[in-house]
Amino acid sequence: MTGPVFTRRRLLGGAAAISALTLAPWRSRSAPSRAPVLSGAEFQLEIGAEPLNITGRPVTGTGINGQIPAPILRWREGDTVALAVTNRLSEPSSIHWHGVRTPSPMDGVPGLSFHGIAPGETFVYRFPVRQSGTYWYHSHSAFQEQTGVYGPIVIVPRGGYAEAFDRDYVVMLSDWTDDNPGRIVSNLKFQSDYYNYAQRTLGGFVADAQRRGLAETVADRLEWGKMRMSPTDILDVSGAPYTYLINGQPPGRNWTALFRLGERVRLRFINGSSMSIFDVRIEGLPMIVVQADGNDVVPVTVDEFRISVAETYDVIVQPMAERAYTIFAQAEDRTGYARGSLASQAGMAAAIPPMDPRPMRTMADMGMAGMEHGEMPRMELSPEGKRLEAKVGVDNVAMMPTERLDRAGEGFPSSRRVLSYADLRAIRPGSDPRPASRDITLHLTGNMQRFMWGFDGKKFSEAEPILLQRGERVRFVLINDSMMEHPIHLHGLWSELESGHGEYRPYKHTINVKPGEQLSYLVTADEPGRWAYHCHLLYHMEMGMFREVRVA
Amino acid sequence: MSASRTSPLAAVLAAFATAAAAQISDARDGPMPGVPSDAAPPVMDRGIFAHAILNELEGRFNGGNPEFRWEGQGWVGTDYDKLWIKSEGTLQSNGALDDGQQQFLYARAMTTYFDVQGGLRSDIDSRPTRNWAAFGIQGVAPYFFDIEVTGYASGEGHLAAKLEGSYDLLITQRLILQPQIEINLYSKADPARLIGAGFSDIDTGLRLRYEFDRKFAPYIGVVYEGKLGQTASLARQAGESTGDVRFVLGVRVWF
Repeated sequence: MTGPVFTRRRLLGGAAAISALTLAPWRSRSAPSRAPVLSGAEFQLEIGAEPLNITGRPVTGTGINGQIPAPILRWREGDTVALAVTNRLSEPSSIHWHGVRTPSPMDGVPGLSFHGIAPGETFVYRFPVRQSGTYWYHSHSAFQEQTGVYGPIVIVPRGGYAEAFDRDYVVMLSDWTDDNPGRIVSNLKFQSDYYNYAQRTLGGFVADAQRRGLAETVADRLEWGKMRMSPTDILDVSGAPYTYLINGQPPGRNWTALFRLGERVRLRFINGSSMSIFDVRIEGLPMIVVQADGNDVVPVTVDEFRISVAETYDVIVQPMAERAYTIFAQAEDRTGYARGSLASQAGMAAAIPPMDPRPMRTMADMGMAGMEHGEMPRMELSPEGKRLEAKVGVDNVAMMPTERLDRAGEGFPSSRRVLSYADLRAIRPGSDPRPASRDITLHLTGNMQRFMWGFDGKKFSEAEPILLQRGERVRFVLINDSMMEHPIHLHGLWSELESGHGEYRPYKHTINVKPGEQLSYLVTADEPGRWAYHCHLLYHMEMGMFREVRVA
Repeated sequence: MSASRTSPLAAVLAAFATAAAAQISDARDGPMPGVPSDAAPPVMDRGIFAHAILNELEGRFNGGNPEFRWEGQGWVGTDYDKLWIKSEGTLQSNGALDDGQQQFLYARAMTTYFDVQGGLRSDIDSRPTRNWAAFGIQGVAPYFFDIEVTGYASGEGHLAAKLEGSYDLLITQRLILQPQIEINLYSKADPARLIGAGFSDIDTGLRLRYEFDRKFAPYIGVVYEGKLGQTASLARQAGESTGDVRFVLGVRVWF
């Protein structure tokens, strides 16, 4: 059974009517690759309880129009879209259009941009679409994002695509758990390594001692122990409770995208996870990265890329054999993977590769780059560093944070070409040539043991808003003092990453800051309002790693 | 979504469109848009959590008189402020309850890793009841040692202190060896409770648990209960044991 084929011409043409199209062209019983697509300018979305079964256990999640993930919304640049969102849940809800530049009352953050959507009520979002690319939407209320209220947005460019392609698929990655998210965060408050089943053990000690020598192994253990840190802390929530999904399908169901030989296939990767960072590759197929966070970049060919929570990457691949290719997205901590296929025929599957070795945190991740053990720094922290270090919410202050934009992060074999932020170069210069009038420096801080997260050692409830003048051009400097990655998302305004390409800065909405890293980006405060600014790891955000950026 | 479902919507959309457009134009020209600052916050970062753990819930055996012992604590509160309950006691085979200490504390997070705690301790068991004011610290020391140090003062002018420590050594991801120690000391003797001045007793053990689940871990182990100095003399006079090595079988659970 075949559905309508999406050709490039069709994509460029678009259809301004609400219809149930399939972005994925074939329907197949064995490989359920059909994703509902809503296109046009007017949409009716209902958030409601949704029974589903991912792990073999029937449970109830939260979905939109009966779908988890929510339907793909297909807009056209230049249209004004109206979205009537009805909340059928028994608790308040909301929808935020992630990466989409809207007037602030349309941004969908309860408590900042609007009052949320009460049970039984409908809120009509209406805004002009002034951009194109791959984005997503999700609830900004409680833990509804974890339980299923997330879906893709595809905005078709008015002037056509920069890169030609024949097929177009959304590949939305996410993490699913049957557990109650409130229970997960409560468990982490009591035991922060609750979900880490890859900690250092006696067996590992013996193996390391044989490999590296006893003295060095003891020194290494003592060094981490003295800091009360574990180098095995990679992701706070692991594959123990999570099943990783591609377009809502667990690995065993093998979500499949079909191609014909020689076609150029555009894959729109979206990380809609709550807490999971993925390393994505397609075995045997190089990927040309053409877009990051909805904005075109100079194409760069890679074997693999790391996608942090809430980021998007569009890649183009061109399979040159009649076969199946495995789309393999391993969680950064290697406790599981999402898996799907690119195949020339429905029902085909290729081998699933073994997961790579689990990465370990390094001294560079602790903000002590270049320091081997035995040479613990005698350096003094700055007065500001000491003030930070004294806070309950801070367990580490990076002594020597490093800019490592040219590094993809830990855990990749050297044989693969892996995308780094330094590879991202916009295809056109930024629209605001002004230099920044001032720097806003923020430390990303946490207390792993107490599972507290914040900026500058303060939770949202303890901090004042960051104030920007309307029209102001500023530089945000982020220093990650903690030993976890933080994908930092600024609502409403673009974050222009200073990735070393002069005025060809990539425009991003979510910037992943590695442990011990310092980086910067420019922001033009051209949209007034109360904007959310936060780590997009859901449990970090809810625990306070959140600020208001007020543009007035 | 079918087209038929959208047609009743059209009217609604049209009605809202005007209002929304007005809102947008306000945003452009007028004051900064947004809800009032006193609205419900966007994130709930001051949440109250509650947990309780029984570190020891065990039978202690030495061939003769088995004992049943519990040692646990629970708290409810925010990141910074918690109400804390600690309870321990040993039930002897003759039905007597020994070493029954109950503490009710307020805890404040003072540093990254340590809480300061203050409150009441009641010794409630088969011997005369004693009440103390309690003040101490609890947290994680470097190298991941769990530490509790508490000082006590009674209305009769007695002072006391308790030191507790434990460490989790991971043999595998789920098989964990935990050395643990508790030492009590008192400024003055309390013969009615068979307590002498100075270091009074030590309770130390080595427990090997298997975490079927983080919250459910049966264990086996060996413990030593020893009475020291004047306390040991008082125990001898009362015909009680002054030192005992016991095999333990128990379960560590938390909620």
